Amino acid sequence: MSLAEPAALPVATSAAPRLHLLKRFTSRFKASLPAYLLLLPSLVFLALFTYGAMGRVLIDALYQRATPKAPVRFVGLENISAVLADPAFAGAVVNNLIYAFGTAVPSIALALLFALALSRTHAVTSALRAALFLPVLIPMVAASALFLFIFLPNVGLLDYYIGRLLPVLPNWLGDGDIALYAIMVITVWKNAGYYMLFFLAGLQAVPEDVMEAAHLDGAGPYRRLRHIILPELKPTFLFVTVIATLNAVTQVDHVFVMTQGGPSNATNLVLFYIYQQAVEHYDIGKASAATLLTLAVLMALTALSFRTLANREGGP
Amino acid sequence: MKLIDTLWKDAPLATRGEITPKLGFALTVLLAMVWLIPFLWMVVATLRPASDGINAMAELMPSLKPTLDNVRDAWEIGDFPRYTLNTTIICTGILLVQFVTITLAGFAFARLDFAGKTPIFYLFLMQLMLVPVLLIVPNLSLVAQLGLYDTLTGVMMPFFASAFGTFLMRQAFEAIPTELEDAALIDGAGLFQRIRHIYVPLSMPSFSAFAIISVTSHWNDFLWPLMVINSPDKRPLTIGLSVFTKTAEGTQAWGTIAAGTLMVIAPLLVAFLIFQKRFISSFVTSGIK
Repeated sequence: MSLAEPAALPVATSAAPRLHLLKRFTSRFKASLPAYLLLLPSLVFLALFTYGAMGRVLIDALYQRATPKAPVRFVGLENISAVLADPAFAGAVVNNLIYAFGTAVPSIALALLFALALSRTHAVTSALRAALFLPVLIPMVAASALFLFIFLPNVGLLDYYIGRLLPVLPNWLGDGDIALYAIMVITVWKNAGYYMLFFLAGLQAVPEDVMEAAHLDGAGPYRRLRHIILPELKPTFLFVTVIATLNAVTQVDHVFVMTQGGPSNATNLVLFYIYQQAVEHYDIGKASAATLLTLAVLMALTALSFRTLANREGGP
Repeated sequence: MKLIDTLWKDAPLATRGEITPKLGFALTVLLAMVWLIPFLWMVVATLRPASDGINAMAELMPSLKPTLDNVRDAWEIGDFPRYTLNTTIICTGILLVQFVTITLAGFAFARLDFAGKTPIFYLFLMQLMLVPVLLIVPNLSLVAQLGLYDTLTGVMMPFFASAFGTFLMRQAFEAIPTELEDAALIDGAGLFQRIRHIYVPLSMPSFSAFAIISVTSHWNDFLWPLMVINSPDKRPLTIGLSVFTKTAEGTQAWGTIAAGTLMVIAPLLVAFLIFQKRFISSFVTSGIK
């Protein structure tokens, strides 16, 4: 280097801290190496099937094939606008919102009722808890097989026992105005017992002495619930709401078995729409665009509930 | 009245005269019975002879001439032994790999200090929200690229890393006193020896809690295997049951459907009735899986 002489001094002085930094960095890395090796197997699968998958959704959403065999072509945001313009997708989103609200609210309310009624532990409450928890264990497909008969017109369980009281027998799964609500009944039946467990755990945290003080002050059951128990259960509510929302998007097996999204898309939900685009129409571009939109909404929800989750896990 | 007195015998004195809690309890009892009706129908319909006719199918009173014909028919129409084997292979395969990945990662988070610990922790935490079922489309193309389309390995792979399991193990490992590890360190035990002989044996309750959650959730998986599996002989129980239900529905063979459903859920129900307490406490920890 021709400039060596004059530059030598400043370079020499500034190189020392830089070298020092590098050294610190490598020694820190060396010290961390065992941890990285232990994390490697998990990180490989997370990279492939979670974060890599998100990257692929992002890329696939930008490409399109004219026919299943044609080469891919860059289309930019066309897939996204095509999905947003698709009335079937808009319908699935509306259905999914109704489904999310209509399953989360009743199942959480029932879960709270069950937990309050069964909070003391003895043989009777244990048996009742087990009965309410049983649907949680079975596959959604098995639940669908049972409810297929329950909702069967004329000879099914519902019509056999309750239908006699109605002037006209509704076709529970065949009527577009009713089918979505019939589907929601199954979800509530299946999930209320699960959420009950979290409320039971949450009720343990209600301080005994505050309850005793409330008894001494003559607070009735309603006021104890409103002013002591519910505020104490606030984190549980938030947490269960997040799970219920997530379930409303991901737990759609019964749509596959019972209605296939029908009649005329009345029970089509977002995940079923994605499945239809990918498997029935071989339209990976549109399926990816719909996945991307769903992920964006769930990520927003994640951001909202992140602090709660992080607190629950106790931080790093 | 005496029954109510026994149920409320440990309730605070001041609340024993209250009506509202008792009404809530009565409502819960009623609903618990309603909750059991689908199961009751399943058992009654399984044992009902076909000669009772379709109009008696919904009757919840058991038939006076119980028969196992429906079970035999279901067994013959559906390939249930094969489906059960496939589901068992899937659940076992996932669980064994998960045990390795969550033990190693859980240990790293619990006991080691390393650069980038917080961002990596959040990388795991995010996975709890990005449940694999949402990423079926990109994951299907990856599985196909890996040459694992229509294989049981392809069904298992997305679940090999588990953030929930990692957090569970981290918690369990953190509770183990460091003195035990220090003693082993003095004796010259290596990292893997310490994990294998100190941490793992002392964390068995957490492993079994995780096993319960993992096996029940993958026993029940439907959408993902539906996309990956094509050959009938590789179907797991859930897909087998849905195909079987479609076939039997056409012939209105509801007794056979009930018998098939019973066969699919029986293993889980039996396990639950035996290990009830353990199941319930595991599911409480499973809030995020």
